Amino acid sequence: MGFEGIGAAVRRKEDLRFLSGRGHYTDDINRPGQLYASIRRADRPHARIKGIDTAAAKASPGVAAVFTGADMAADNIGGLPCGWQIHNKDGSPMAEPPHPVLAVDKVRHVGDPVAVVIAATRQQAKDAAEALVIDYEDLPSIAGLRDAIAPGAPLVHDEVAGNLCYDWHIGDKALVDAAFARATKVVKLDLENNRLIPNAMEPRAALGDFDSMSGDYTLFTTSQNPHVIRLLMGAFVLHIPENHLRVVAPDVGGGFGSKIYHYAEEAIVTWAAGKLKRPVKWTADRSESFMSDAHGRDHVSTAEMALDADGHFLALRVSTLANMGAYLSTFAPCVPTYLYATLLAGVYKTPAIYVEVKAVFTNSVPVDAYRGAGRPEATYLLERLVDVIARETGIDRVELRRRNFIANDAFPYQTPVALQYDSGDYTATLNAALKVADYAGFAQRRAAAAARGKLRGIGVSTYLEACGIAPSAVVGSLGARAGLYECANIRVHPTGSVTVFTGSHSHGQGHETTFAQLVHSQLGVAMDQIEIVHGDTDKIPFGMGTYGSRSLAVGGSAMVKAMDKVIAKGRKIAAHLMEAAVDDVEFKDGKFTVAGTDKSRALAEISLAAYVPHNYPIEELEPGLEETAFYDPKNFTYPGGCHIAEVEIDPETGVTTVINFTAVDDVGRVINPMIVEGQVQGGVAQGIGQALLEAAIYDKSGQLLSGSMMDYTMPRADNLPNITVGTESTLCTHNPLGVKGCGEVGAIGSPPAIMNAVVDALADYGVRHIEMPATAPKLWSIIQAGRPRLAAE
Amino acid sequence: MPQVSLTVNGTHHTVEVENRTLLVELLRETLGLTGTHVGCDTSQCGACVVHLDGASVKSCTMLAVQAEGAKVTTIEGLAAADGTLHPMQEMFREHHALQCGFCTPGMVMSAVDLVQSHPEGLSEHQIREGLEGNLCRCTGYHNIVKAIAAAWPLMHGKALPVAAE
Amino acid sequence: MYDFAYQKPSNVADAVAALGADPEAKAVAGGMTLIPVLKQRLNRPSVVVDLAKTGLAGITAGAGSITIGAMTTHAAVAHSADVQRVIPALAALAGLIGDEQVRHRGTIGGSLANNDPAADYPAAALALGATITTTKRAIKADDFFQGMFTTALEPDELITKVEFPAATKANYQKFRNPASRYAIVGVFVAQTAAGVRVAVTGAGQGGVFRHTAMEAALSKNFSADAIADVVTPADDLNGDIHASSEYRAHLIGVMARRAVAAAA
Ligand SMILES: Cc1cc2nc3c(=O)[nH]c(=O)nc-3n(C[C@H](O)[C@H](O)[C@H](O)COP(=O)(O)OP(=O)(O)OC[C@H]3O[C@@H](n4cnc5c(N)ncnc54)[C@H](O)[C@@H]3O)c2cc1C
Ligand code: FES
Ligand code: FES
Repeated sequence: MGFEGIGAAVRRKEDLRFLSGRGHYTDDINRPGQLYASIRRADRPHARIKGIDTAAAKASPGVAAVFTGADMAADNIGGLPCGWQIHNKDGSPMAEPPHPVLAVDKVRHVGDPVAVVIAATRQQAKDAAEALVIDYEDLPSIAGLRDAIAPGAPLVHDEVAGNLCYDWHIGDKALVDAAFARATKVVKLDLENNRLIPNAMEPRAALGDFDSMSGDYTLFTTSQNPHVIRLLMGAFVLHIPENHLRVVAPDVGGGFGSKIYHYAEEAIVTWAAGKLKRPVKWTADRSESFMSDAHGRDHVSTAEMALDADGHFLALRVSTLANMGAYLSTFAPCVPTYLYATLLAGVYKTPAIYVEVKAVFTNSVPVDAYRGAGRPEATYLLERLVDVIARETGIDRVELRRRNFIANDAFPYQTPVALQYDSGDYTATLNAALKVADYAGFAQRRAAAAARGKLRGIGVSTYLEACGIAPSAVVGSLGARAGLYECANIRVHPTGSVTVFTGSHSHGQGHETTFAQLVHSQLGVAMDQIEIVHGDTDKIPFGMGTYGSRSLAVGGSAMVKAMDKVIAKGRKIAAHLMEAAVDDVEFKDGKFTVAGTDKSRALAEISLAAYVPHNYPIEELEPGLEETAFYDPKNFTYPGGCHIAEVEIDPETGVTTVINFTAVDDVGRVINPMIVEGQVQGGVAQGIGQALLEAAIYDKSGQLLSGSMMDYTMPRADNLPNITVGTESTLCTHNPLGVKGCGEVGAIGSPPAIMNAVVDALADYGVRHIEMPATAPKLWSIIQAGRPRLAAE
Repeated sequence: MPQVSLTVNGTHHTVEVENRTLLVELLRETLGLTGTHVGCDTSQCGACVVHLDGASVKSCTMLAVQAEGAKVTTIEGLAAADGTLHPMQEMFREHHALQCGFCTPGMVMSAVDLVQSHPEGLSEHQIREGLEGNLCRCTGYHNIVKAIAAAWPLMHGKALPVAAE
Repeated sequence: MYDFAYQKPSNVADAVAALGADPEAKAVAGGMTLIPVLKQRLNRPSVVVDLAKTGLAGITAGAGSITIGAMTTHAAVAHSADVQRVIPALAALAGLIGDEQVRHRGTIGGSLANNDPAADYPAAALALGATITTTKRAIKADDFFQGMFTTALEPDELITKVEFPAATKANYQKFRNPASRYAIVGVFVAQTAAGVRVAVTGAGQGGVFRHTAMEAALSKNFSADAIADVVTPADDLNGDIHASSEYRAHLIGVMARRAVAAAA
């Protein structure tokens, strides 16, 4: 067994389970006497519910119960809460219309849950759900952002005028206006960020159970943060105190944000289990996922950069419309504000920035954080704008970036939009990526492609993101209704093996391995004697879960602090056993040693003494060796880097092939390079998906046209290139591990790299900008339209 | 209720099912073999792939009664009886070809069939095309492709011929 | 899925009788179309008649033709040495249908009977002038396809086999729908003793069709250049979120030229 500590590409501990079919996902769990729920959803975007006839459904074979919104209201069930409150420019709070678990009076998007049928089998529940007769009165509806804010647009919520959730801004408008007034040149770009459907491969599922003797509820759910679900559902929806509510998120088959939120189905099965005194399980069909999992992105923006004569960025002005969908999902309001607008400085020293964001309700599925959340939208806007500036000023696009980079000696760097970057070296990642991608040799490759009749382009994106969310006091002042610390409990057992209870949740990130590496490094315990426990509110003291690339930076830091406490206590025990002063006892490589002597005790000897305290400083110390720490980060972390894409377009069909993709990222200290590479590759695949393939398409009224994998293009193996990943790290200065996070960088940096390459490939066709996804028909029409112009020249 | 008899991972079963029961439902719910997953309802994702009489099929797109008399192998039956992993499972682990693990059982079963049915060799391009029926949202496929290429020599007992692409 | 009765007759006659006995009965071959449809609750057969044991699978190579039993899977056709030798384009086409798992179950009989406007086999059948033999008669491909999801088959009539005459040269080019991987446009070009036939799938509002303008041009001169100026009107073509009718019209030209250039 070689080196397995921090920095080693240790093979994953969890893989044996997954590879042999012994993973334990929510739908794999069955409880005795279990019933199945099927949800009848709105098939129309906006309608008044005039009546629901449940008679036929109730009489259908195997049916145990049929519940509607009225039944939940009668039980005083609350609406689904929103976890973040944004304030308008005038200081008033955002509009926050109710979000009933089951629709009451009205449905507001296709997929809105209207009633639930609970039956003995899955099929019987579906049969009966179909037998429900719902009398609707259709109402006018809208799905598009611009349509929704047009005067006279149909209202999604009667009480929300103009469909405006909030009208928010950040930055110094006067300063920005002044800079624009004296600018030599202004470059403006209108652009959209296409709406995406996360499609984690495991569909959402929830299983509620109720013990009528104890009054205890248990919810098994596909969640990235079981404690958050317990908090939101227990406190706001079902009114169940924490001691009577256990939430378990077992193995979860991917999340990408979509499994952060508290969803209606979790409340439905938990509540129904209590009413029926039987376990109730619901598992989404993929078609249901399409219309009930929170979607991502969906922005329409205008961006303008003021420049001096040398191409220095003087000021940036951005105005954005962000789609919230029909209701506010858990984190939705913070995505286009604090996870987006604050990122618009990017890696550039733009001295003045002003951003306005209007969040808008539409008759569509709620939109919330999806991998990267806000930061991909910001990066896409900036990096496309920078390329357009390069074209229009004639300054080389790489040189323009270098000219505007925040210098290495400028850290800590305060941006004009609230964030303070702690560290980074944007030139290093750029240089490394240019080298790996053989940027210098591109002209030759382009010529060779042209000889084959192909249009070749190269695109660069230099990006930055903020993750490791987040300092509680800061986010609290910005409207978060929760803290964003993390908790870890380290239990050293009598024989020296270790169990870690972490509030972070792994749904593909490999925590069972990475976290074990942390413990192995710090406590010297062998990897196979370390167990990581996550995802169960009955086992873990508390947790805020996994999203925003926070597990290592925040959850890992909590572990380090808890281990520090273990070591501190161990030193006292060791000092007692070795009859030395505590200050003389050092801990290294799993051993407590009296400095300058050969006297030492292994961790296992100390833990044994702690649990069998015969010879023990019992007056000063409690027995046992178990410590808990909560870690609240001091700042966000700021990974960044450079992504380079090289594409070829077939001018006859418009098909784009990604020839190769290079990502060189600064993710801070790397604990397991194999896992980091995998995270980046997966993120890049989603970014390429956004740029070239994926689009959630609604018609004007709000019918989802891309509602299945037959119509929504999921990236497949043959759509993607090999993805070369490198790291060039600077350390985070404010967490004990120096880590920054790697879960989202791939999805953040890649879309503009691809789109810059596509626009570059079509440079001769008079194209300035192309909206994502750059599908074949779209590029073909651009090529068609460009041809006559060129021929005329 | 209708009955179906079939052999799953070497064990013979006769079970009662509805005619509308899918093979994947029989495996997961009747036999408790939850390694085979369901990721979609349009036969697109391949999370449900098993081997039916040696060939990879989507068990979500087959009635259980259609499998009468068949030999089915699921991910649970791929490793040797003593627990030794199949070379494909080994290589998936070695090359970090899985993250959340949800697509993995179907991906591995498809990959085994792909390698078995190409004794002449497999190019990277063929591997990518051969995975057309399997979706993975986590890995970006890069490492899956590497793992399959690495499993080929182990399964065929010779070096992978250099692809003539 | 709604529940249904299930029968697995051991010969074709019994299968026909089962289908004839109940107007709501439905045959299942590979199930790669029928089962997804049942899962979506879009169809409610009373009886599902499984053709698996009817002995309709198998490939025979005749003098200048290939005959494929209705229950032969796409994978069997793709990998058949006979098909690869006599009509390589047909084997290649079968290898482009769906994915390997679909090809292990889906059958030629099911594909032709279903006549999905985006399916691949109809293009081969029409371009090669196949003869579709049923439990009642032999039907020329020109008479078989009668519009989207519509064929000459009667409710209790089953396809038993399909005979494809060999071509001097043939090729199939498919432009896949990026999501479903069915054909957005598929063009099968066949040069035979009787002339050139070009069949287009994926694009037509009425399903697969012959491109007579291209046939005329190619009969005079079998080269990609010969059809470079043949314009395909977009009027009767499909348009959807994946491709406009204009784009499909354009792709027909591109795929046809590529097919001619690659024909072997
Ligand atoms: C994921 C996926 C991708 C696919 N991609 C493609 C693609 O790219 N191109 C393509 O062409 N197809 C594609 N298909 C469809 C596939 O080719 C089907 O196999 C085919 O269309 C139907 O064949 P089957 O044997 O499965 O028929 P079934 O599904 O069993 O039957 C289809 C219909 O035909 C009838 N039928 C079946 N056999 C006969 C017979 N002998 N005589 C009369 N009627 C009969 C049935 O009653 C039913 O109505 C795809 C399918 C899936 C699931
Ligand atoms: S579950 Fe998706 S293909 Fe079978
Ligand atoms: S590993 Fe998560 S879907 Fe493939």
